[in-house]
Amino acid sequence: MYAQLVETGVKKVKSIDEMNKDESEFQAKIDAEIKIEAKNWMPDAYRKTLIRQISQHAHSEIVGMLPEGNWLTRAPTLKRKLQLLAKIQDEAGHGLYLYSAMETLGADRDTEIEKLHSGKAKYSSIFNYPTLNWTDMGAIGWLVDGAAIVNQVVLQRTSYGPYSRAMVRICKEESFHQRQGYEILLTIMRHGTKAQKAMVQDSINRLWWPSLMMFGPTDDDSPNSKQSLAWKIKRKSNDELRQMFIDQTIPQLEFLGCTVPDPDLKWNEETGHYDFGNIDWDEFYAVLKGNGPCNQERLAKRKNAIDQGAWVREAAVAYANKHKIEAI
Amino acid sequence: MSEYPLYEVFVRSKHGLNHKHVGSVHAIDDAMAMENARELYTRRCEGVSIWVVPSKMITASALDDKEALFDPSQDKIYRHASFYELPDEVGHM
Amino acid sequence: MNSNTTQTTALFHYLLRLADSNLILSQRLCELCGDAPSLEEELAISNVALDLIGQARNWYEYASELDPLKRNPDHLAFRRDAHEFYNFLLVEQKNGNFADTITRQFFFDAWHLATLESLQDSNDERIRSIADKAVKEVSYHLRRSSQWVIRLGDGTDVSHEKMQTAINNAWRFTGELLSKDEVDDMLETDGLIPDASKTSQLWKHSIETILTQATLDRPDYAAWMYMGGKQGEHTECLGFILTEMQYLQRAYPDAKVW
Repeated sequence: MYAQLVETGVKKVKSIDEMNKDESEFQAKIDAEIKIEAKNWMPDAYRKTLIRQISQHAHSEIVGMLPEGNWLTRAPTLKRKLQLLAKIQDEAGHGLYLYSAMETLGADRDTEIEKLHSGKAKYSSIFNYPTLNWTDMGAIGWLVDGAAIVNQVVLQRTSYGPYSRAMVRICKEESFHQRQGYEILLTIMRHGTKAQKAMVQDSINRLWWPSLMMFGPTDDDSPNSKQSLAWKIKRKSNDELRQMFIDQTIPQLEFLGCTVPDPDLKWNEETGHYDFGNIDWDEFYAVLKGNGPCNQERLAKRKNAIDQGAWVREAAVAYANKHKIEAI
Repeated sequence: MSEYPLYEVFVRSKHGLNHKHVGSVHAIDDAMAMENARELYTRRCEGVSIWVVPSKMITASALDDKEALFDPSQDKIYRHASFYELPDEVGHM
Repeated sequence: MNSNTTQTTALFHYLLRLADSNLILSQRLCELCGDAPSLEEELAISNVALDLIGQARNWYEYASELDPLKRNPDHLAFRRDAHEFYNFLLVEQKNGNFADTITRQFFFDAWHLATLESLQDSNDERIRSIADKAVKEVSYHLRRSSQWVIRLGDGTDVSHEKMQTAINNAWRFTGELLSKDEVDDMLETDGLIPDASKTSQLWKHSIETILTQATLDRPDYAAWMYMGGKQGEHTECLGFILTEMQYLQRAYPDAKVW
């Protein structure tokens, strides 16, 4: 997902008997679905896990602007340029909502961004893939935002108040993103030329598997999920979310008249879900470790923007300090 | 952005409603805080009015004092209209 | 050619100038995606770019109705070559550093607001209604770019120097903003567009007020000025902008939808 493999620093989920008074009161609140707010007592590991998860989520929004920004100057019509720009702008906004939620935990935005730039903090693996043709804008909206929405809808109920409220806002705004993407693809599949239709299929072929990887490793390989679920930072497991996404996406794929590059994909009457083939986890871990096609470029661009902007921010502060007295 | 102070943002979504806390922004001064809040929190005409307040100017009740601060009013039911029973003949009051 | 056709031709030309300047500047701003000095500025830059593309679309729609070749707005934007573009040379200049970007924006915004405010009095109803809507957006653009000129000019020594250099470099493109040719003359006489001398005064007033506040020197109005954009003669920059912007429409000429 936008936050994959979030470390909790907890080896084993404590049982109620093993908790001290603060911990058990805290867990009781979580169990009763009472939201935790910034000033409430919380276990240190809960705070740290949240900072890690929310910052990863925020970094993903910000880095996620780049693959789309790559086509902004080449959008084919005025309408498409407006839509794409509005979507990318939302992503910057969503990054800011999330950093703002993260700061309520006492974390500092610059410090967390510094961790991103130095490679210590993660962001979603999906944004390390290149966007190679225009219909990637459609496929990203439909598949990538689609996968994100599956997760984020559930996260609206996450246990930490500021994070939950940011997710509510984000979900409300993002409803247009997925439709925007699907409409790009549908317009072309209905009225496009042969070459344009081939472009759509090419986008789906490249982005299908990376989209499924967005949900993170299988539950068996997610040692941290258990604690995150107990704290209700996470609300559903990786595999559950991935299955939900596939089940809702395949009918949309068929409506487009396209295919996914998975020979094992088929409807399972018994389970009431789609079966699907094996995900290439070696690729996933390689991308997460920094070896995806675009990891270096994405981070370099983000780092460059902040470094190049240093003199601007310094000037703004200097100006404000000079004129502070006048203002009062 | 740590050198830019934090401001809390409150938006009145419709005439007649209260301003509601929506989040925060970083800005070097009040004017920039207002611009940044407008850009971030009202991209879809969500507001008719915005307040920005330096976060450090806000004094908050500690949430863990909640019982001390708010519980005493819970048993003062005589503050609520439903506490007073009037015969039906009096009609709506 | 009767006088009516000539007026229509002039108006068509004038509308393209407005539309093209908006579009090319927004294209430059789109190039900045992911490069802003802070995330807050990322949002602000997108906002300005969104406004400009929206306005360009409105002007193109009107131009399209007057176009003898009946080209639609997308055709006008994505299928004309550089010599058929009538934007100011200023807006096609490279983004440079943030001081260059802000300077270009500030010079343009000051012209843009002055022009739109006058266009609100045009005797053409369509022009009035497009200008009415655009004025609200552009007064925000000018406020924002002015604030940055002041902050950077009166910020640190480094920012002051960068800002002064940017002003000096871009100055040679400002003469065109205030220039007049036969298209302007004809429409001005007919009351479709404002008196250019008034726009010019307003522009100079904005520039002088803000530069003074920013502790920056204003170059000489009588300096040599580089012109030609309004007539379709551009700097080397425009060809590259169009190559990128028009790529898909050119590579897939038979595509009917996108």
